[in-house]
Amino acid sequence: MLIKKPSDIRPSEITSPENYINRRDFMRVGAIAGGSLLAPAALAAVVPDSHLAKLPDVGSSPFSTDETPNSYDDITTYNNFYEFGTGKDDPVVYARDFEPRPWTISVEGHAEKTGTFDFDDFIKPFDLEERIYRMRCVEAWSMVIPWVGISLADVVKYLQPTSKAKYVAFETLNDPERMPGVRRRVLDWPYREALTIAEATNPLPILAVGLYGEAMPNQNGAPIRLVVPWKYGFKGIKSIVKIRFTERQPLCSWNMSQPREYGFYANVNPDVDHPRWSQARERRIGAGIFADKQATLMFNGYGEQVADLYKGLDLRRNF
Amino acid sequence: MVTLQQVRLIWKPVAFVLCLLPFALVVGDLFEVTGRLGANPVEEILDRCGNWSLRFILITLAVTPLRRLTGWNWLVRFRRMFGLFTFFYALMHFLTWLILDQGILLSAIVEDLAKRPFITIGFVALLLLTALAATSTNGIRRRMGRRWQTLHNAAYIVGILGVWHYWWQVKLDTTEPLIYAVILALLLGARLFRHRLRRYQLPFLTKR
Repeated sequence: MLIKKPSDIRPSEITSPENYINRRDFMRVGAIAGGSLLAPAALAAVVPDSHLAKLPDVGSSPFSTDETPNSYDDITTYNNFYEFGTGKDDPVVYARDFEPRPWTISVEGHAEKTGTFDFDDFIKPFDLEERIYRMRCVEAWSMVIPWVGISLADVVKYLQPTSKAKYVAFETLNDPERMPGVRRRVLDWPYREALTIAEATNPLPILAVGLYGEAMPNQNGAPIRLVVPWKYGFKGIKSIVKIRFTERQPLCSWNMSQPREYGFYANVNPDVDHPRWSQARERRIGAGIFADKQATLMFNGYGEQVADLYKGLDLRRNF
Repeated sequence: MVTLQQVRLIWKPVAFVLCLLPFALVVGDLFEVTGRLGANPVEEILDRCGNWSLRFILITLAVTPLRRLTGWNWLVRFRRMFGLFTFFYALMHFLTWLILDQGILLSAIVEDLAKRPFITIGFVALLLLTALAATSTNGIRRRMGRRWQTLHNAAYIVGILGVWHYWWQVKLDTTEPLIYAVILALLLGARLFRHRLRRYQLPFLTKR
């Protein structure tokens, strides 16, 4: 079903010397705009102009939507990434100097291939694909984002989970030195998320390493993050350092923090309201201030691919 | 010494312009003259107007304790203006929600007002503010006599409802609503303390 282009340049080459040079420029622009941490609006106008390294050999995907993607500006200045502050305009400012290299990912638990992998080695065996997905935040707004990533199903199969593996758990880097938001215990760090094995081997989820054909901006979860388009955005754990195959359902950060409001599944569902707000409609970012909200779709419009996963499950109770 | 003349001709117009500045910035940012409203402009307008309404209710409630503390009696000349700006920003916050956020979709509005307690609370606060704003002229104040003060004590309730409304809608990080709550508690505490002193007949401490 996947359309894949044969590639002779490995994705590992995305960390080219230019990347580091670009990164320096990126930081310099930040420094010029700096001294004005109190003026994120001014910064926002500067930062998106400094783009990151182009990713080589990116194939296309039949799963991409033909809806118009949000601007690079919108995608990179309006972020929920509490490790860099709880305001939506915090990550673009406080993740500016974050260095997502060197980066290692440790694979643990019930799988044949466990151990610690360098980021480049980790993604090397897989093909990069562009996946233009709708992203529905639990806060009732949405975007369309042209991610670049590798299929999570491919990764899971490659790591050869054993028959005991029922869930895949992920963890974000927990480094108070490099992530100022972690110094405050708004969540029980590190950020944790998980999927069932069936969800993780569905063809839709990806481990994204970039967007708009370029390396992942820090504020969007550099260097590697999860994207599960039929679930609320908070399932899309960022800056992943650990993948663990478990037998029992792992703890997830938002569920731990407020179990009444955020469930393990977190499937987009217009019929199950958040206790404090309706999930029936959503505001599409970038639609303009006079645009109406639009109806939220069951499984964020990906029901055809994923509804089978939840047959017989009471989605009102398992929200 | 600040004379009444100076207050009326210089400081009140200056204060008026300053109070209007946050709104002017919203309009300026909307047209990208003074800055930008960001990726979600509706939410940004909603947040800014709501925040300023909260700040103004606290400023309004701070006038009397500050006057007693400093003896600057001219401060009271600004209280009505601050109160009316509380109402103005609350109204802008409400209209942004009604028109831009909900798109005047009646079914959604009724559902929100009835089913979302934090919205109900905010709406009640706005109704109270409307009553206070409508009875804020000197003429009405004179005609209402003692009942005016009773009615206008509702400003405290507005403060409590406003902070509660903010606290309840925050997703996780309650730092900012906590700051508002602490200031509000101090302002209400100061009044309670004074009330107590008077009951225990220590008038020398409360002569102003």
